[in-house]
Amino acid sequence: MTIDFTVNGRPVSVDAEPDTPLLWVLRDELRLTGTKFGCGIAQCGACTVHLDGQPRRSCITPIETVAGSAVTTIEGLSGKEAEVVQDAWRALDVPQCGYCQSGQVMSAVALLQEVPKPSDDDIDGAMAGNICRCATYVRIRQAIHDAAGKLEG
Amino acid sequence: MLGYLDRELSGRVRPDTSTDRSGDPILVGRLEKLDRRRFLQLTGAAGAFVVAFRVLPAEAMQPYPTGASGMPNGTVSDPHVFVAIAEDGTVTIVAHRAEMGTGVRTSLPMVVADEMEADWARVTVVQAPGDEPKYGNQDTDGSRSLRHFVQPMRQCGAAMRAMLEAAAAARWGLDPKQVKAELHEVVQRADPSKRLGYGALAKAAMAQPVPPFEALAFKDESEFRYIGKGEIRIVDLHDITTGKATYGADVRLPGMKYAVVARPPVVGGRVKSYDASAALKVPGVEKVVEIPGSTPPAKFAPLGGIAVVADNTWTAMQGRDQLKIEWDDGPNGSYDTTAYRAAMSATAKQPGKVIRKQGDPDAAFAAAARVVSAEYYEPHVTHAPMEPPAAVANVTADKAEVWAPVQSSYGTREDVAKLLGLPIEQVTVNVTLLGGGFGRKSKCDYVQEAALVSRAVGAPVKLQWSREDEIHHSFYHTTSVERIEAALDGSGKVTAWRHRSVAPSILSTFAPDSGYQFPIEYGMGFVDMPFDIPNVVCENGQAMAHTRIGWFRSVSNVPRAFAVQSFAGELAHELGRDPKEMLLELIGPARIIDPKTAGMPKDFWNYGEPYEEFPIDTGRLRHVVELAADKAGWGKALPKGEGLGIAAHRSFVSYIATVVHVKIGDDGAITVPEVTTAVDCGYCINPERVESQMQGAAVMGMTLSLYSAITFAKGRVEQSNFYDYEMARMTRYPEKVAVHVVPHPFPVHATGVGEPGVPPFAPALANAIFAATGKRLRDLPFGDTLS
Repeated sequence: MTIDFTVNGRPVSVDAEPDTPLLWVLRDELRLTGTKFGCGIAQCGACTVHLDGQPRRSCITPIETVAGSAVTTIEGLSGKEAEVVQDAWRALDVPQCGYCQSGQVMSAVALLQEVPKPSDDDIDGAMAGNICRCATYVRIRQAIHDAAGKLEG
Repeated sequence: MLGYLDRELSGRVRPDTSTDRSGDPILVGRLEKLDRRRFLQLTGAAGAFVVAFRVLPAEAMQPYPTGASGMPNGTVSDPHVFVAIAEDGTVTIVAHRAEMGTGVRTSLPMVVADEMEADWARVTVVQAPGDEPKYGNQDTDGSRSLRHFVQPMRQCGAAMRAMLEAAAAARWGLDPKQVKAELHEVVQRADPSKRLGYGALAKAAMAQPVPPFEALAFKDESEFRYIGKGEIRIVDLHDITTGKATYGADVRLPGMKYAVVARPPVVGGRVKSYDASAALKVPGVEKVVEIPGSTPPAKFAPLGGIAVVADNTWTAMQGRDQLKIEWDDGPNGSYDTTAYRAAMSATAKQPGKVIRKQGDPDAAFAAAARVVSAEYYEPHVTHAPMEPPAAVANVTADKAEVWAPVQSSYGTREDVAKLLGLPIEQVTVNVTLLGGGFGRKSKCDYVQEAALVSRAVGAPVKLQWSREDEIHHSFYHTTSVERIEAALDGSGKVTAWRHRSVAPSILSTFAPDSGYQFPIEYGMGFVDMPFDIPNVVCENGQAMAHTRIGWFRSVSNVPRAFAVQSFAGELAHELGRDPKEMLLELIGPARIIDPKTAGMPKDFWNYGEPYEEFPIDTGRLRHVVELAADKAGWGKALPKGEGLGIAAHRSFVSYIATVVHVKIGDDGAITVPEVTTAVDCGYCINPERVESQMQGAAVMGMTLSLYSAITFAKGRVEQSNFYDYEMARMTRYPEKVAVHVVPHPFPVHATGVGEPGVPPFAPALANAIFAATGKRLRDLPFGDTLS
């Protein structure tokens, strides 16, 4: 079937089986490989995108449910929250291998859009779905606090 | 003999690391007054020593031998290989080792840039393809990259700088001594207003002869701009945070097909029969390809199975679900890790093959006032890099090109060439970023699969492993039983130590399995046990492998440090001693251990490094214990349900001590508010990445301690994905990881960083849990809640 939606502000029309996960449409059809495959069952968060502004695991999001929606991937991330998060990530040199970081950044930006000054508990709640095997959590938490500080100032 | 050498040469040849514990820079003497003949006399010219010091005039860098010379294709330092300068001044530096998160793609080019006085802002890093004859060894493993390549990269940069200076001097008609390279320009010493940029000099500089090592002037440490500073951010930072970085599965070729493979659930199993008709009916599925199986020992050969090829990844996965395959499980179909553990435990109670013997342990045990013993267990573990294995291959009749996240690019090239029957010159291996490696991506079975499928379909193929594939078909970290017994005399002194290690060996992946380990495994925290105990025996019991055993970050050091350092804590309790004081007493006085008098095996493996350059220095081990304890506030009063635990371990020729602060909730939940790690990795080239590796090691240590277990029943792995092979998450990780690096000058050789942070964590946590609760945990993993 044909599904119409927007990705990073651009309208797209995709011909796919309705149960195809958004992840594979993004990666294989739309060539947006910044969104990563980690587990396929919404356990790791590497595939996190924003669907109509909300963080979603694209690996379990059937493409048919995306019709008419706005999808934002790491490649199209913009706005104040995105800027402070990416800057904080760079200032603290957060990534190690970097593979999970698209998803980490997407989750962090969504958190700050919802809660501009998150507590540690808020961060736990928003970020617990994103696994980092290199284990950059120490710096991720600090980067989110730093980014929130920048939003204030 | 080692003691003699130390006395004679202390302060003249080697840094005297055994006396300075203040953390202040250590004065290092030089060999200038000691000629080679005198040196040979001093050392007795005994066969055990390779005289490797070079007699050189005083200068900022004296070379020292490393194990790099024993690695395939050694090292290369030619600027023509590693550096290119464009006319606009852009300096391109080749990164020849694989980036899996350690920062090596940044740190080694940074060393070149510093020595050649390049402005880092004008440096571009490019990744080398697999070509060891050109670049030197590329097997990114064993925490070796900086340790083996800091010298060649300094040499490369210094030579490039000399060539730029020579080119500028020639243009000005001056002697090279009259000019000086300075941040991307060469300036006249007499008139610094006269300058030539690197871009303008590029062509002439590259036409200069490459000066030999002896002619090079190296920077003094005080002149470093980037080395040792930790101010350079990783080169891929922008691309990673914007989704532009390229990992294995991000490569796309025109006309590319997508493949996934159904593999035998048991290692050594085969396809008995299969029916692909339903799979081929899935719209978009184009073909199925049978991949031949392999019989252990099969190195990194594919396991075999049925590949499904489709027009996208998801369709290939859907097609695979429709395959009907009957498997012949083969001889490993009864592998059961519960039964296997019981067998290992029984073996560990019997005498094994003696690998190290010092003194007369039997007599000491017979004379003991009492004997303390304990047995420690670690299950299989798998790497679970966030990026599951994936590769892109394009194989034609006479050529093959692959793009893959591989730790050993040249090893991959050799294996693919052999697999396809092609000359190695016809095979190209392009290295992408690795989304985590941890040893898994040293084994290129997934690349070989991609090559076979591409050849079979006559098109480029991207072959993707799922998370389930990764967990079901790994090269697993060994499972082990480590049993330790100590003999105590009437005064509470430890008079003898018996350690029995029983674990299937990595060697079984490469050679017919004897059931015994080999020197590399013996050298990881077993025969190199550094305690000052007069009678020691290390025995290895037989354990046959029933799955693919491979290396996982820190390898055998994980179970050995867990056993030895937990046991140190148990002895402290037994003797009513403070655990840190007990540990220091066990380590004994600061000294260089002589492997011979310690009864260590003749083929003792010292991480591949020459022992005289990288000896076991108990002074350095003591120092990190003291440092970590001091920084953690060892001895401070803690509320009920909290405790501190300490452990220290030398691995990859680095010394690490870790103090874990644990807090046990009312519900038994294990949380770690703070970890304090002291690291002595010799000269520290990139402190910022050392810190990040230690932070990551603590969190990975938490995962290993609480969660990691791969179990087998009927030869099949019982876990599948992150819901039953769990990872520490943002809700349960050590919240503060303080890292303290012992400062050293350059002559204190740089040592491993990527792995050695992991081993001390689990025993430090076990010791902390004991301090908090009185409960001694000897089986990994602990689970995240105490019962």
